[in-house]
Amino acid sequence: MNKINFVDTTLRDGSHAVRHSFTEEQVSVIAGGLDQCGVPMIELSHGDGLGGSSFTYGLSKVNEFDLLKAASRHIKNGKLTALLLPGIGTIENLHQAYECGVRAVRVATHVTEADVSAQHIIAAKDMGMMAVGFLMMTHMATPEQIAKVAQKMESYGADYINLADSAGYLIPDSVSKRVEAVRKAVKIPVGFHAHNNLGMAVANSLAAVEAGATYIDATLRGLGAGAGNTQIEVIAGVLKRCGYETGLDFYGLMDLAQNAVEPLMPRPQVIDNGSLMLGYAGVYSSFLLHVYEAAKKYDLEPRDILVELGERKMVGGQEDMIIDVAYQLRQGR
Amino acid sequence: MAVIGPGNIGSDLMYKIFRSKYLEMGMMAGIVESEGIKRAASHGVAVSTEGVKAVVERKDIQIAFDATSALAHLNVNGPALKEAGILSIDLTPAAVGPYCVPSVNLAQLHGESDINMVTCGGQATIPIVYAISRVAGAAYAEIVACISSKSAGPGTRANMDEFTETTSKALEVVGSADKGKAIIVLNPADPPLTMTNTILVRIKDSSVGIDKITASVNEIIDELNLYVPGYRLRVPPILEGDQVTVIVQVEGQGDFLPAYSGNLDIINAAAVAAAEKIAERMLNEKGGAQSK
Repeated sequence: MNKINFVDTTLRDGSHAVRHSFTEEQVSVIAGGLDQCGVPMIELSHGDGLGGSSFTYGLSKVNEFDLLKAASRHIKNGKLTALLLPGIGTIENLHQAYECGVRAVRVATHVTEADVSAQHIIAAKDMGMMAVGFLMMTHMATPEQIAKVAQKMESYGADYINLADSAGYLIPDSVSKRVEAVRKAVKIPVGFHAHNNLGMAVANSLAAVEAGATYIDATLRGLGAGAGNTQIEVIAGVLKRCGYETGLDFYGLMDLAQNAVEPLMPRPQVIDNGSLMLGYAGVYSSFLLHVYEAAKKYDLEPRDILVELGERKMVGGQEDMIIDVAYQLRQGR
Repeated sequence: MAVIGPGNIGSDLMYKIFRSKYLEMGMMAGIVESEGIKRAASHGVAVSTEGVKAVVERKDIQIAFDATSALAHLNVNGPALKEAGILSIDLTPAAVGPYCVPSVNLAQLHGESDINMVTCGGQATIPIVYAISRVAGAAYAEIVACISSKSAGPGTRANMDEFTETTSKALEVVGSADKGKAIIVLNPADPPLTMTNTILVRIKDSSVGIDKITASVNEIIDELNLYVPGYRLRVPPILEGDQVTVIVQVEGQGDFLPAYSGNLDIINAAAVAAAEKIAERMLNEKGGAQSK
């Protein structure tokens, strides 16, 4: 069986769940712990990637480059990884991240817009970094369409293609079809990133592995946007029982989740009604907390805002449209 | 007038020039035989595939729009036009000359040989930042420009960083914000979404109050509407603490590109407004014939 490579994104996707409030001390403990548990790639940046600190996506409490430097000092074997969304982050941000010890970057675009990643993937490869083509909101395209855009990213020099179910909308069968289609279309490995909005994160990750994915995203305690991501200590246990080699320290991850992540969680990572609606309506997971805020401000039901965002087919990065939707719903009353 | 670069932007510019009282379409120049060249020729416009060379050889051209690429403007077109004494209105992100956002700083530009039209997102948001800044000050201005995937050509797609970096800088230089940040998002929804922009400003003096801010924003939208009739408020200014939020939408005039491409319409409309002002000035100075 293939060896499964883990990308822990507690310090990136999990950043949404703590409203981008990570401190140098927290990231040092978590990154160091993950490294000791054998996680090969440890992702850290603002939840919306490098340069994401903003009014629109939430301001980082501590500058992400300071966090990267702190984490880098505690990583001995793994690769410090950052996310970058073209249109938000820039190549200049990537150079800065490299200076802080980042050695892999995942360049993320909406599933149909891969060509905006060329500039950044090429720059990363020129800097000697590992570069990952990261496709968001893969529920919004067919397996055939995804296979074609994956080929584009491969042609820019991506080292593997990561398929993200950013809305937590997919179910295992639709994950398998997407992974298989991309596997057949490209020579590089395929990965998968789940959200648990419909309670499918672990099942979908397992389906991805069974369909041939060899990179899996996960987070301690599932800390992440919406209902969170695939819980790393759980998937580690599941894959161990299924006989896959992960190189992960199962008990070590359990302890790290309990001791380092649980105490800093502002709310339990459960599937509340808003998260469920994200998955059901196909809305980008990191919209959730912003929707709760807008609903409170405009005295609206969060569900109504989420459904309207889904109907308008908003994509990752359009958090600003939450205010637009709330305002229009309020006017329409 | 000449247009260099007969693509979508160049063709739309041509139709806007046809409508102008002050401008006459003298030439469409490209580097290969293309649809855009044929289109211009079918309207009786002189065409050439010799690029900027053909433009500088014409002695009657006074202003040229450069709708090619940043590299071409920097290395070829900009220097050639300058040498020939032809004023460049640069629609690429080359930003050789000063930024021009007509509703904000057109009156201040005088005698420059090369002016830059920033970006579509810049044209759509900088006037609002400036309107807020002139009454309440702006410590920080952030904008999110959302354009439909169909209206983002290969040039935009290959130059995402140029977009964010040029817009961020112009938010500071023209919008008068101490610090600027620009974000661009492409949305592939079909039917395509109309260009929408969110503007968020941290003001310096919140005691000014929302009424003065709203009045200043409305005033600049009136000015913008003179050259971009489809520019309107979606969410009028909201003041929370020291943060102002405004959302605007830009519907294009549908000259050559469909109405949802407000992004392409606004940068072209701004370029034409700038050219008209300059042509008017040239005519007044010479008291002579129409400028070509």
